[in-house]
Amino acid sequence: MKVGVPSEIFPNELRVAATPKTVKRLQKQGFEIYIQHNAGIKANFSDKDFEEAGAKIVATAGEIYGNSDIVLKVKEPSLEEVDLMREGLVMLSYLWPAQNQPLLQKLADKKVNAVAMDAIPRISRAQKMDVLSSMANIAGYRAVIEGSYHFGRFLNGQITAAGKVEPAKVLVIGAGVAGLASIGAANSLGAIVRAFDTRKEVAEQIESMGAQFLTVEIEEDGATASGYSKEMSKAFIDAEMALFKAQAAEVDIIITTAQIPGRPAPKLILADHVAVMKPGSVIVDLAASSGGNCELTKNGEVYTTDNGVTIIGKLNQLPAQASQLYGNNLCHLLDDMGKAEKWKIDMEDAVVSRAMVTYNGKINWPPAPLPVSPAKPKAAEVVVEDPKVVSARKNKKEATSMIIKLSVIGMFLLMLGQFAPSAFMQHFTVFVLAVFIGWQVIWNVSHSLHTPLMAVTNAISGIIIVGGLLQTTDDISSPMTIIAFVAILVASINIVGGFVVTHRMLKMFKK
Amino acid sequence: MTIGIQTAAYVFASILFILSLGGLSSQESAKRGVFYGIVGMAIAILATVLGQGVHGQVYIIMAIAIASVIGILLARKVEMTSMPQLVAILHSFVGLAAVLVGYGSYLDPKTQALPAAEHNIHLIEVFIGVFIGAITFTGSIIAWGKLEGKIMSKPLLYPGRHAVNIILLIASIVLGVLFAGAEGTNGLLYLYIMTAFAGFIGVMLVMAIGGADMPVVVSMLNSYSGWAASAAGFMLGNDLLIVTGALVGSSGAILSIIMCEAMNRSFISVILGGFGAVAASGDATAMEGEVTAMNHEEVADFLKEAKSIVIVPGYGMAVAKAQYPIYDMVQTLQKAGKKVRFAIHPVAGRLPGHMNVLLAEANVPYDIVMEMDEINPDLPETDVVMVIGANDVVNPGAQDDPSSPIYGMPVIEAWKAEKVIIMKRSMSVGYAGVENPLFYKPNAEMLYGDAKDSVEKILGFLKA
Repeated sequence: MKVGVPSEIFPNELRVAATPKTVKRLQKQGFEIYIQHNAGIKANFSDKDFEEAGAKIVATAGEIYGNSDIVLKVKEPSLEEVDLMREGLVMLSYLWPAQNQPLLQKLADKKVNAVAMDAIPRISRAQKMDVLSSMANIAGYRAVIEGSYHFGRFLNGQITAAGKVEPAKVLVIGAGVAGLASIGAANSLGAIVRAFDTRKEVAEQIESMGAQFLTVEIEEDGATASGYSKEMSKAFIDAEMALFKAQAAEVDIIITTAQIPGRPAPKLILADHVAVMKPGSVIVDLAASSGGNCELTKNGEVYTTDNGVTIIGKLNQLPAQASQLYGNNLCHLLDDMGKAEKWKIDMEDAVVSRAMVTYNGKINWPPAPLPVSPAKPKAAEVVVEDPKVVSARKNKKEATSMIIKLSVIGMFLLMLGQFAPSAFMQHFTVFVLAVFIGWQVIWNVSHSLHTPLMAVTNAISGIIIVGGLLQTTDDISSPMTIIAFVAILVASINIVGGFVVTHRMLKMFKK
Repeated sequence: MTIGIQTAAYVFASILFILSLGGLSSQESAKRGVFYGIVGMAIAILATVLGQGVHGQVYIIMAIAIASVIGILLARKVEMTSMPQLVAILHSFVGLAAVLVGYGSYLDPKTQALPAAEHNIHLIEVFIGVFIGAITFTGSIIAWGKLEGKIMSKPLLYPGRHAVNIILLIASIVLGVLFAGAEGTNGLLYLYIMTAFAGFIGVMLVMAIGGADMPVVVSMLNSYSGWAASAAGFMLGNDLLIVTGALVGSSGAILSIIMCEAMNRSFISVILGGFGAVAASGDATAMEGEVTAMNHEEVADFLKEAKSIVIVPGYGMAVAKAQYPIYDMVQTLQKAGKKVRFAIHPVAGRLPGHMNVLLAEANVPYDIVMEMDEINPDLPETDVVMVIGANDVVNPGAQDDPSSPIYGMPVIEAWKAEKVIIMKRSMSVGYAGVENPLFYKPNAEMLYGDAKDSVEKILGFLKA
């Protein structure tokens, strides 16, 4: 099967959908690779590199779109590019299907089977093909680097002969993949990092990356089944804004990464927040392309406001690295779809069926919602019996057996009372009551204290010393006294040893 | 001191003993519980010594003084890992004391003067008390020997052992009848013979029980020692002894029941012994898959990548005294932001609650130590389970192999985690003598060697 890689025509797009390394991988999967002339030049991959890796170089995009079975691309195709595509072509690229309806329609009309890499569901199995994660990781890292460059100061604190340098404070908003990558990068550069997210569950992840988790005092969790955050209530947003305003006055670099799929990015940093920031501080807005988290962000631009705050609305993509990771994601997807020899578009597959936004001339968007966890088989319903009936029956059974038991015990006691002397019966009463008390008390003992329980009952059973005490006489030569003496001796060892060792054990238990 | 005051003191002591046991329901109140116990014991002894009809105070004080020194030395010196042995040997003391008190009571001229009916009851009480005491005494000594490793832990099973035990039991009853009929102290010979028989039964009972059932045996002997004290109370007509003995007796019985439930075995089958004997047939089940081993560095790498880790300790940890390096490792992992917890099976170790005590010794906070039922639902979301010196308690055969001797025993479902690392000295079978299919699971890796060494090496790689 032929896999084609065209040049990206969008001027700001530096990445390419294949690198010499992924070309080798694709060949191992059994594909023949065709690369358009100079497709990798902006990401520093020359035609020669590709040829050495085993790809064939093709002069025009038309040849790629017209002859390939599969086309790998980064940016969504323009309508003109779609015109070049042949029927039945499988095309893998970013598509943003929610925003690009006309494009989807055109792809469907052309009977192109388009896979939107940005629509790969975010489930564990599909992580290796999740381009949003792999690209977000790069963006998060780069945000710190560029933010730091425009900030123009050390990020770490230093005490030098020439004076003390305060560490920079970085606020990261949104702890998704990009946010966590930013936290990690900023933290390793020595900055004091704080992070905010509406999802409480990420607090642990934030702390594990070395940042302090900021939160507002309102009980509301932004987590959703898709893994993205949802939009929050008014009260929550007000509290959030107050928090951001306070932080804005204090921190040096703000990195915002909050995005909601298919919708404009939420406005988190307002003009008056920017107004209170110190001159020289920096805002890096990773959501610039979807409208920006900061009100003042200009997409694709870096500029400085009147009060000296630099707002970064575009980032270098690290094209070589990004191409490599993106290419790997594509390889994984092709691998999952059966490689060259067992190639199959399996619309039953949870990943393929959701990412394949046009198939056989039809638009397949929006996809079916993803179940959070696989639905449990309804085996439990096989039990036809009403639990109430069962428990009633059980109760009845238990009642009968209880009656039998009680009558046996009653008979036994009657017999005993008939023959035994009254003094014995008194002792017996005490005995039975004590057994019951013991029974009730011991069930409450915690599992972890079973060894101390044993040691303490051991000590207490040394009470048998009383027997010895009562039998001692003043005559040490009498056998009774000797016996009693030994009994007292061993019983006392028990008492003292048991209590001391229990105490020793309990001293060790602590929270 | 009048009888009335003495009785009042006894009642107070009983209350303190009940509070003492009740205090053990939580770690916070447990220390107070021990205090109650000590106070109760002091009151009981004082009330007895100061009461009427007690002589030879000098000897009493002497005996208690000597014993206290021995007791304190014993309790101070003992290592937490050999706690089961100490408990077992202390049980034997109670048994011995019960036997001695029984003999003493028989020889006591006062009891000879009792009216006929009461005298007969008294003789029966003496007989039963000595019988239980003797079984407790020898049984506990054997249990101690097995735990200490002086006697092989494999069950000693000979054909017809049940018949022999029953014959001895019947013979003892016959002796009892003869004993009750004898005039004055002429029955002493019968009492001697019966004591020998009971001692033999005690030895055989424990010899027949395999190492894996040791927690049940120890708690059973605990129960016996209580009943022995109770029987002594009957023969002396002393309610304090009866109450205390009954408390201890039921406590031991409940522990035995809990242990048996944890192993899904009936109490009777444990007592009759022979767990290890079934094992031979267990080997017949062919194991599928391959056992793969890892080295310390690879284990450390797995731990570094894991987010949540569960450690399942077993007797191997106790033997190697690995609890300290393990907690070091846990702290290192926790500092790296990982969630680390311990999972304790109810019968892990050789004593109920054995693992808890060892972990407490190493200062492991008890809120990260979970019980089996608490941890099992979390295991499918756990990245790495480290099984340290445990075997039967993580055997999946207990759930899916009806031919396994431990089928039906509740186990820690270690195999449900992403990765299981089993630290073990060799491929040998556990105490139950059962092959463990867990080792053959694709997500399981073995790490051979002494638990302490291994943990220390892993710790080295983790810190590197």
